[in-house]
Amino acid sequence: MSIRHGLLALLEDGPRYGYQLRAEFESRTGGTWPLNVGQVYTTLARLERDELVQPAGADDEGHVFYALTAGGHTEVRTWFTTPVQRESRPRDELAIKLALAIATPGVDVRAVVQRQRTDTLRALRDYTRLKARADEPDLAWLLVLDSLIFQAEAEVRWLDHCEARLTRRTPAPSPSRARTGGARRTTEEASR
Amino acid sequence: MKPATNPTSGPVLQLRDVSRVHGSGEATVHALRGVSLAVAAGELVAVMGPSGSGKSTLLTLAGGLDTPTSGQVVVEGVELGTLTRAAVAALRRRSVGYVFQDLNLIPALTAAENVSLPRELDGVRTRVARREALDALAEVGIADLADRFPDDMSGGQQQRVAIARALVGPRRLVLADEPTGALDSETGESVLRLLRRRCDEGGASGVLVTHEARHAAWADRVVFLRDGVLVDDTGYAPSADSLLGHGVGQ
Repeated sequence: MSIRHGLLALLEDGPRYGYQLRAEFESRTGGTWPLNVGQVYTTLARLERDELVQPAGADDEGHVFYALTAGGHTEVRTWFTTPVQRESRPRDELAIKLALAIATPGVDVRAVVQRQRTDTLRALRDYTRLKARADEPDLAWLLVLDSLIFQAEAEVRWLDHCEARLTRRTPAPSPSRARTGGARRTTEEASR
Repeated sequence: MKPATNPTSGPVLQLRDVSRVHGSGEATVHALRGVSLAVAAGELVAVMGPSGSGKSTLLTLAGGLDTPTSGQVVVEGVELGTLTRAAVAALRRRSVGYVFQDLNLIPALTAAENVSLPRELDGVRTRVARREALDALAEVGIADLADRFPDDMSGGQQQRVAIARALVGPRRLVLADEPTGALDSETGESVLRLLRRRCDEGGASGVLVTHEARHAAWADRVVFLRDGVLVDDTGYAPSADSLLGHGVGQ
């Protein structure tokens, strides 16, 4: 997502000035995406250049309000009705890191996986803690938290999967076999 | 802040350098090796790890259902190794509650009877045991279902009965093995909320074995077992306020 579309969506609710947009953006996304006010004004200037917003007067303190143009309204509607493209999301540093770790001599990939999993679980626990004390009516905040929780959970599951794959390829340097179930099976498969 | 470590009362559960070996010679299996873990009052600890990593062994040792090959298991300050079999059984009934994946509710007994049974076995009078059972059912939010039979309840309601049974009377230690097993994700989450609340407000302590990261995340800390060894630990949770202060997405 771009800051651009976030600001346009907020302006759909009526004219705002820069500081207001920044505060609302942060509160509606639960502080998951902090903006600095410079980013907000740069983005507004570009939106004005592209004729998606226009100045709409100022208050006594000199705050300049911005409002959507007809083109701006259309842009917001299009944004909400179009799925987010996967390739427009930032590259996954973790996937790249693990891929490189496998090919880099002297790197214990399993340790990389374990460290990451502990860290991700710590984040998952912290999100869950926030969710446990979130107020039911604050739906926007709950949705953002749930999204973070599901993403973290997916990452842990993927890391589990990576570990199982690594164990199949290269048996753990452990002196004794695991007791039951999957771990033993993977050790046997690996020794075949 | 919760009492992560309470110096006055000490941990409710303590494993000291616990190992468990099954079999001998060629067939020797080290189910647990040198595991040390302390669970303080009010603390919920989740244990994660692949199948066969020793999670369930840890739980059966913690609950006195099995004996370590070496090391010590201490429940509420009492080292189980120093007790007779009968004394371990009594301590287990008095102090430890279990929640299993298959709930083991007795179909011929009502919810209240299922919950009061362990107390009656302990010699508590029927009337007192019933009152304790009703209190425990009220705590898990199903006081109105006290006289229903398990077959007439949903999976989530049955799981609440199982938790009430684990927590009835003075018990302070709950050991849960995949307690959300057969439940859908929403109901599973409500079970975790319940355990969480029991630890926060009821002063209970819990050990939760689970393979679901999303469920483990309800614990104060998560420890990882691999091949019988405790390999990692998330440490304690910071307070929710300090989390908000940092911007959670960072």
